[in-house]
Amino acid sequence: MEQLLQQVASGLANGAIYALLALALVMIFVSTNHINFAQGEMAMFSAFICWQFIDWGYPFWIALPATMLFSFTVGVLIERIILRPLHTAPLLSVVVVFIGLLAIFHSLAGAIWTHTIKPFPSPFPDVSFAGSGIIGFHQIGMILVSVGMLVLLFCFFRFTSLGLAMRAAALNATSARLVGINVDWMLALGWGLAATVGSVAGVLVAPVVYLEPNMMAGILLYGFAGALVGGISSPGGAVAGGFIVGVLENMVAYLGNQLERATGVYLIGNGEKLTVALLIVITVLTLKPSGLFGHVTVKRV
Amino acid sequence: MATTMTSDRPANNAERAAGAGLPAAQASVPKWIWLGVIIAALLPLAGGENGFISNFYFLQLSLMIVYSIAVLGLNLLTGFNGQISLGHGAFFAVGAYVTAILIDRYEMHYLATLPLAMLACFVIGYLFGLPALRLEGHYLALATFSLAIAVPQFLKYRHFEPFTHGVQGINIFKPDPPFGLPLSPDQWLYLIVLACAVVMFIVARNIVRSRMGRAMMAIRDQPLAADTMGINSARTKSITFGISALYVGLAGALHAIIFEFVSPDSFRFELSIAILVGAVIGGVATLSGAVVGGFFVQFIEKYADAATKWVTSTFHLPIHLEPWTIYGIVLILLMYIMPMGIAGGFGSLWRRIRLTG
Repeated sequence: MEQLLQQVASGLANGAIYALLALALVMIFVSTNHINFAQGEMAMFSAFICWQFIDWGYPFWIALPATMLFSFTVGVLIERIILRPLHTAPLLSVVVVFIGLLAIFHSLAGAIWTHTIKPFPSPFPDVSFAGSGIIGFHQIGMILVSVGMLVLLFCFFRFTSLGLAMRAAALNATSARLVGINVDWMLALGWGLAATVGSVAGVLVAPVVYLEPNMMAGILLYGFAGALVGGISSPGGAVAGGFIVGVLENMVAYLGNQLERATGVYLIGNGEKLTVALLIVITVLTLKPSGLFGHVTVKRV
Repeated sequence: MATTMTSDRPANNAERAAGAGLPAAQASVPKWIWLGVIIAALLPLAGGENGFISNFYFLQLSLMIVYSIAVLGLNLLTGFNGQISLGHGAFFAVGAYVTAILIDRYEMHYLATLPLAMLACFVIGYLFGLPALRLEGHYLALATFSLAIAVPQFLKYRHFEPFTHGVQGINIFKPDPPFGLPLSPDQWLYLIVLACAVVMFIVARNIVRSRMGRAMMAIRDQPLAADTMGINSARTKSITFGISALYVGLAGALHAIIFEFVSPDSFRFELSIAILVGAVIGGVATLSGAVVGGFFVQFIEKYADAATKWVTSTFHLPIHLEPWTIYGIVLILLMYIMPMGIAGGFGSLWRRIRLTG
């Protein structure tokens, strides 16, 4: 029983990361209809930036805001410089540009910080408490920071006029333009925010998976799965989807483990995590492409 | 030269008909292509025991042709049918593993494994294409992206280990040329690969110009209109996916034979990207673009290291750039300058010159 709780808890902690990544993906998808394949590598790059600040001797809680600011700037610049001219381009060009960005971030990280695996210090104290057999302090920190981030974003979009303008620009660009919203800058801001959210995910997950240029590939896959399960057109759904997928991932490994112990037949375990994510992606796309909470897009003929 | 995606184009009916700005299939095969093939086939004569083309270069040429076949497969899917796949490395892996397992475990003749590898890839591609039918554009890209990331891990699955040898991979040996032909194994394989490529290009050209090919392009340009005209777009799309996988699978199988080794980590996400890059560089909706693309993929793999070192030292950069940085920059720039790829770009340039001159 305790093992099961442990698995659920660590599933929730991983789910928090997937939720952040899924949210970043959805924020870009809702406003521009693009899927950012470079999201994972951008988050990885941000984690390296944060590591660099810490390596220079700054405390974590200064390094994190600095990293977020950096990521925000990079996100805005990417939208303004690279994606702006492609707003009306065919889908293939857009996908290829994202793959190009992925390649650039991946190789730059490797070139600057090398491919050797680096430990990333956890910002949370390593103390034991009543429930520490079930959940570690870093995991609690991951969940708390992610949820705090989500609440902040929700308040931003719900209660500020800038948030309202951004939602309007995403929902109906033409009408938004007619009421005087600078839609182009709203898109760039959205990109910046998405990059920031992604960077927090990268920094939080770095102590768990260690820091190296390949660290985000599998996590991005789970981010995709989370976004799809919740519905890629619904930010709230994506967050829920991220948590669902996180718990599901650990449950599958746990049940596979139990099955092996009970019957001696190995079916599925930690080594098949990416295959599980692939199955989730394909199943959702086949059975319910709009996800659990997304709305079905109706095309006008 | 067209500088933006929506540039004004010459009023060319064939191009206008292609809707998305992608050219329709070229009408006839120019004679110089056959001349090129014959010269390529005669190259081993210039090799010989101490000729001026070493076995190493034949290996390089074979790899280039293999990648051309793979890029051709992706071109059929993406360029002519408008489905985007980021995971064709997966089918490359399936083809390579089918061949390697059949040779290693069942001691089959290497040539006999090729049709089986192609068949396996067709079936898997067709089945993967079935759910892909419901997916358009982004979603398909996403599903295939996931496939590409998951493949190396899938190949390491414990129950496949008796066949795949897990992470260690499978070693196979280069076959000797039959009938005592005075060729080195590399030269012999080069000829086999070349023959396969010629056949596959002819088949691709005939597919594109057949009823099937017209249906593929109609679905790419106007899915709704294609449906209305009575094209079974579900069937056409999944068969195209199957054919595309078959091409890539053959490339994988040939790669396994000439490379003498397969392992899960040779089929990482990078491979899928390389195939995509080749297709985009060559021009997705051209058959000739596949040759350019395939050569580019192998060239980059071989010389990107040297090129990046040269860039690093020439511009006195503080960090040692990696080949992928150049890959990425080339990809993005190409999307602005020549969205139809090198073959497509020069093709439309040539048409423009002919029209104005």
